[in-house]
Amino acid sequence: MTDTAVHATPAAAKPAGNSMLRHARYVVAENPVTGLSFGLFLLIALCAVIGPYLVPYDPLASGPAPLSPPSWQHWFGTDQTGRDIFSRVVVATRLDVIIALFSVALVFAMGGLAGIAAGYFGGWTDRIVSRVADTIMAFPLFVLAMGIVAALGNTVTNIILATAIINFPLYARVARAEANVRRDAGFVQAARLSGNGEFRILLTQILPNIMPIMMVQISLTMGYAILNAAGLSFIGLGVKPPTPEWGIMVAEGAANIISGEWWIALFPGAALMIAVFCFNLLGDGLRDLVDPQRRT
Amino acid sequence: MLATLGKRLLTVIPTLIGVIIVTFLLTRVLPGDPAIYFAGPAATPDSIAQIRKQLGLDRPKVEQFVHYVSDLAHGNLGNSLSTGQPVVKEITSRLPASAELTLTGLIISLLIAVPLGILAAVRQGSWIDHMCRIVATAGVSLPVFFTGLLLVYLFYFKLGWAPAPIGRLDAFSTAPPQITGFYLIDSLVTGNFDTFLTAAGQLILPALTLAVFSLAPIARMTRASMLAVLASDFVRTARASGLTDRTVILTYAFRNAMLPVVTTLGMVFSFLLGANVLVEKVFAWPGIGSYAVEALIASDFAPVQGFVLAMAVLYVVLNLAIDILYGIIDPRVRLEG
Repeated sequence: MTDTAVHATPAAAKPAGNSMLRHARYVVAENPVTGLSFGLFLLIALCAVIGPYLVPYDPLASGPAPLSPPSWQHWFGTDQTGRDIFSRVVVATRLDVIIALFSVALVFAMGGLAGIAAGYFGGWTDRIVSRVADTIMAFPLFVLAMGIVAALGNTVTNIILATAIINFPLYARVARAEANVRRDAGFVQAARLSGNGEFRILLTQILPNIMPIMMVQISLTMGYAILNAAGLSFIGLGVKPPTPEWGIMVAEGAANIISGEWWIALFPGAALMIAVFCFNLLGDGLRDLVDPQRRT
Repeated sequence: MLATLGKRLLTVIPTLIGVIIVTFLLTRVLPGDPAIYFAGPAATPDSIAQIRKQLGLDRPKVEQFVHYVSDLAHGNLGNSLSTGQPVVKEITSRLPASAELTLTGLIISLLIAVPLGILAAVRQGSWIDHMCRIVATAGVSLPVFFTGLLLVYLFYFKLGWAPAPIGRLDAFSTAPPQITGFYLIDSLVTGNFDTFLTAAGQLILPALTLAVFSLAPIARMTRASMLAVLASDFVRTARASGLTDRTVILTYAFRNAMLPVVTTLGMVFSFLLGANVLVEKVFAWPGIGSYAVEALIASDFAPVQGFVLAMAVLYVVLNLAIDILYGIIDPRVRLEG
């Protein structure tokens, strides 16, 4: 399997790796914001992995001082039942990231493969995939996600599924366009002549070649997936109340905003914003790296 | 023009068929059993079977689909379980509230984003260009419900400039007589300025929230397409002919740069119609979004289905309108069609 891949792009592999690294350094130097976003990404990853073991309070335990503003004891203050908001915000990272990660992985598998098949085979495969993508695009996407979660049942799994489905057209279209221009490329014809089956070519030749562009897509849609999932839980779908999750925490703090207790909604909302911001910047940075022509 | 319009209308038909199939699939084929929804939490297997029969769920799927389509053709979306009212009636009575909010938000957004994008392109690299980029990146990162809450805290609690987020009117006003359903227009037409001011006051924060949300894509696209047009030959010729900057930018460049911006509006509407649901929840706005959210929480499926269908149809119609607008702005598109 790796043999054919190496034969397909002979000799070019090593210098390409070096220039890629140089190019990466150039892009980061040119745009320090990308460096910042990478730092934020590490912070988020850290919170998601070891956050629950570091936080000072149990995120589910009520405390003696409800609705107290930020202080040295409670950095982000406490909510209506005295739970520590800082602990809850940090612990929530894992759930939010997991929802986004799974939905993006799912849509990458569904939309990416469907799009590659559509672009490579053309004909009926293409017509069916494009029609499905068009139909999904005919809905306002958040509204469709609401409908899907309502129909399938109100669980976290279905939030992941709904987020994946509404992102399907994006992935399918990018993968289709990229596979389409490569269907008769030299390395594909070489693989075909040496007796590889069509599906084998699809997976070992086309897929690895469009991977960089798909990675950009993944990073750009991670932010959107987090926003979408948080929006759904804000209106009461998916995650159930005591569980710490950013969207639902903002919803819990919403009623207190008009009486001036700003910290309950502000901190989870800010965490949400930073996460989305980080993934968007990271996506832009990755795009500059992969596709210099589209640089803004 | 009419022929183009006719052709474009024909392309809507497969989209609408797709939309209807998806909304049908959402209730009937997927694992969730609507009979269990409709029977409620205290249902016995017997009563579920009875409801299934009553809803026609024991029939073949194809027959159910035909039944569903004929119901739709008669404007029947079923009844809401919690209020007992026909879904169509509730949605049409709440639609003006959502439409007024969404359109006001879009207009505010266009009024800010288009000049910002033009300025950013004309003075590329200046502080206004950087501001445009920050606004564009921050705008897409801000969760719309969070922006809404921040605005409420700032303008209602801290500054006291805006009224409490309790819907379209405060407790002391009565709704103007229904003409268009848009309170701003109705109150002006009937000469009721107090109601107009109250309605405008209630509207400003939610509309601003939506505007902040949709600002980013419009500003970004205006800037990008203005930059492309400003670098083109005909702009250079216009400048070389000694036309003033103002004429070149507004008359020559802007009109051509509008095309991609109008196309972006389609995507912006998709975002806006979704964001609308969240904003309506934050501001207790009595539109179709909050209606759908209430129904979702109560597991009342008919209104949700009606809402999804109504939004999809609305979105298809809006996209059609954008295409027609495209033809009006650019005569070349008209000729090609």
